[in-house]
Amino acid sequence: MDAVFKALADASRRELLDRLRAENGQTLGELCERLAKTGIGMSRQAVSKHLAILEEANLVATVKRGREKLHYLNPVPIHEIAERWIGKFERGRLQALVDMKKALEQSDE
Amino acid sequence: MSKPTFVYVTYIAAPPEKVWQALTKADLSEQYWFGYRVEASGKPGDRMTAFNPAGVKAHDDPIIESDPPRRLVYGWKPLYKDLPDERMSRVTFELELFKDQTRLTVTHDDFDDGSIMFRMISKGWPAVLSSLKSFLETGKGLAPSWDDEAQKRAAAGA
Repeated sequence: MDAVFKALADASRRELLDRLRAENGQTLGELCERLAKTGIGMSRQAVSKHLAILEEANLVATVKRGREKLHYLNPVPIHEIAERWIGKFERGRLQALVDMKKALEQSDE
Repeated sequence: MSKPTFVYVTYIAAPPEKVWQALTKADLSEQYWFGYRVEASGKPGDRMTAFNPAGVKAHDDPIIESDPPRRLVYGWKPLYKDLPDERMSRVTFELELFKDQTRLTVTHDDFDDGSIMFRMISKGWPAVLSSLKSFLETGKGLAPSWDDEAQKRAAAGA
């Protein structure tokens, strides 16, 4: 669990998870290309290093396809953390709050 | 080979044989899969069946590959009456010994474009896998945490 929190305690790595959430199964090259397109400067080396930390924490799962390595957001460890601190009966109310916050902020999701 | 849609990985402190049993035996699945009795212990060509907590059949899908305790592949096409007719998708379980744990990878792919099942799945597997891990490591599964829709469906008997 320490590895998960350490991996999440970095804005660049959270950005990478957001990118995979938007489009799962990207290669290192695709991730770099799309980051550059939206003006986020992260060297290929840095992205590669961040991905390794995310994979070590099991937040990213990889699949080899031919010579390519595809990266997938793996939400299971985050789910386990939620299960640890969020009770069964709080869930509905929390979801209502999250929905309300989303509606009020009109998040662009 | 097309690109997998979802890939989930969890590490479970139990041998692959035990994880395999939990994935294929209804008496075990019932204890962590939120009351669902999922039987998938047959050979390729046999059926994977699942009954919801109300005893209504929710799955009757083909087992495509079975190599205990390493690899299991079955079709996925729930029998829910209110789901539009979607093509059968495919679930692959891969179990590997990793140090003294089992690394379980679940891949779900082969969805139709715009699939509704696709959206339900993205909430379902993390819940099932977290509960499976808890069940094998502590003897207790977790309470259902998937969306209300699925719970109401289960309560109403599919």
